[in-house]
Amino acid sequence: MDTVDLARLQFAITAGAHFLFVALTLGLATLLAVVQTRATFGNSPVHLRMTRFWGQLYIINYAMGIVTGLVMEFQLGLSWSGLTEYAGDVFGSALAIETLVAFFIESTFLGLWIFGWNKLNRWAHLALIWVVTLTAYASAFWIMVANGFLQNPVGHVLEGGRMRLADFGAMVANPAAQVAFWHVVSAGMVVGGFFMAGVSAYHLRRRTAEQDVFRKSLRIGMGVALPAVFVTATFGGLGFETMQPSKLAAWSGDAGRLAAAQAEMVAAHGPGDYLPPVGWVQASGTTMLSLFALMMFFAGLSCLLMLFRPVVRGFRLWHWLTTLMIPVPFLAMLTGWAFREFGRQPWTVYGLLKTSEAMSPVSAGQMRFSVVAFLTVFAVLIAVNYWLLARHARRGPDAVSLGDRPIEAPVPAPTF
Amino acid sequence: MEIFILAFFALGYLVLAGADIGVGMALPYLGRSAAERREVIAAIAPFFLGNEVWLVATAGVLAGLFPELEGELLSGNHTVVVVLLLAWVVRDMGLWLRGRVPGARWQAFWDGAIVVGSWGLALSWGLLLGHVLLGITGPFAMLPALVVAALFGTHGMTFAALRLRGELRGRAAVLSGGAGEARTYALTSAALVTVGVLAGLRLPLEPSSAGVVLVPVVLTMMPLLVAAQAWVWWTFRHRVTGPSYL
Repeated sequence: MDTVDLARLQFAITAGAHFLFVALTLGLATLLAVVQTRATFGNSPVHLRMTRFWGQLYIINYAMGIVTGLVMEFQLGLSWSGLTEYAGDVFGSALAIETLVAFFIESTFLGLWIFGWNKLNRWAHLALIWVVTLTAYASAFWIMVANGFLQNPVGHVLEGGRMRLADFGAMVANPAAQVAFWHVVSAGMVVGGFFMAGVSAYHLRRRTAEQDVFRKSLRIGMGVALPAVFVTATFGGLGFETMQPSKLAAWSGDAGRLAAAQAEMVAAHGPGDYLPPVGWVQASGTTMLSLFALMMFFAGLSCLLMLFRPVVRGFRLWHWLTTLMIPVPFLAMLTGWAFREFGRQPWTVYGLLKTSEAMSPVSAGQMRFSVVAFLTVFAVLIAVNYWLLARHARRGPDAVSLGDRPIEAPVPAPTF
Repeated sequence: MEIFILAFFALGYLVLAGADIGVGMALPYLGRSAAERREVIAAIAPFFLGNEVWLVATAGVLAGLFPELEGELLSGNHTVVVVLLLAWVVRDMGLWLRGRVPGARWQAFWDGAIVVGSWGLALSWGLLLGHVLLGITGPFAMLPALVVAALFGTHGMTFAALRLRGELRGRAAVLSGGAGEARTYALTSAALVTVGVLAGLRLPLEPSSAGVVLVPVVLTMMPLLVAAQAWVWWTFRHRVTGPSYL
């Protein structure tokens, strides 16, 4: 592997790890906000238990989303200073707005939501989780504006070999960003919905004493996942209309279209290989679409089954399958992302800046060190965090420490 | 105005997050038993999430308003920045994970991660600031790095003295002497700000063309961001009375 490949691998590891966790964050935050709204308005103890239980899982997941996100943000300057120097004036502004308008508020208020449990007024506490949810969306929006710009650069002018921001509105309204935003946000709801349903099904299969909590959760999860699958598919379909010619050619695999895309690029940019890796584009696209079909079928069937209470209580095979479905939307998310990004190669800014030109002037040794270091740390942490998510999901609402007593009050019986 | 925005977030980070990094560094000294360590961590628990966003915002400001500097600064200090990020990740994971499983060994391990990560953060900040300020690299760069780390540590101790009670407070106040906790905190904050400002003066601060759009957005947001943070500070203004969620 040369240095560029190492840098790409490192970005893929970081972004992939980040994506796994933020996808669940987006979906679960929304479901959590809805459940807490019911708990607060209806003074409902069941919904309060649900809020605490899903909230605990949300926090475990969120923590890993943050640390991978930090590395992700710094990665641009670390490995891709060619990109920040060339296009930073334009797409950097979307990243800046993301941190200041969205993430800053999201993280500050999430801290307040966690540590202010039983300390803040319950209406203020409810408002916090809604702000956290909406800023998570805002975050996704601005990240997709930045990514959309790389896919389909608009709103800029070239001056002295560098980009300048010419039309901020055009950059924000970029169809490659708008369509992808709705696709990703609804996909997050699919991830969150299947997760909630799958964990609930596990407890129902185990004949849980918490029937109410998990019956309701299963219904909410599946009930949200089904429409979300359709919304995701709709925007995914629209996405094909915003796609680059070379990505479409690679997806079709048609030799004539590939040759035409290559010829067009050569005419515009001189000799070179301008085609994305066809095998990877097709494999990731096909996997995403097959998984979509599976999810649509499963969620449709499940929503029918959910109409019958005895089925929800006792159909163990279905419980089993619902739990087994938990990883599927995650995988669809990752392959969809791979489809989008492989198809953009060899460009970082489509048609303007090649990936090899976007690299920082760092040595192979430096790059190797950072790839190995990040890969090792992330692999360990992802394993630990998934183990913890599974452990806390299995143990059920009784073992939740979130919101179990006034924060900073003495513990009644020390356990260690 | 661009430079003011960058300075606002960068200096905010040094003062606010400097305190939780310093508490993490002093954790073995401040908390002698598992229960004590948990109480020490309660001193920073509600704040660290809101503190580290100042650095995320700083990086965002760099990306939007100083993209050239961002590339030069980060890729030019590649290894130090990688170590800084790894230390940050390890420290945060220590804080999040220590309470997730009951058991002395699990907690001791993640407490160790907090300490190692906090020292790693402080020292890599020291190396980075030392490089920017004095242009020193190589083994001798550890000298300014240790000075900066000591500053972070002292700052953390004074913050702990402001937040803790009883014996823990006494331990944390050992460096304050008779000067009073608040005054010592102000002093260490001023020292961190000075280091930050001096380093900033050495950087090539050439704003990008995006300022036309970004500066008004950021200036509008600033009061909101400060208000959100002030809500956190106000909610947790009292001294720690026991362990927190972490």
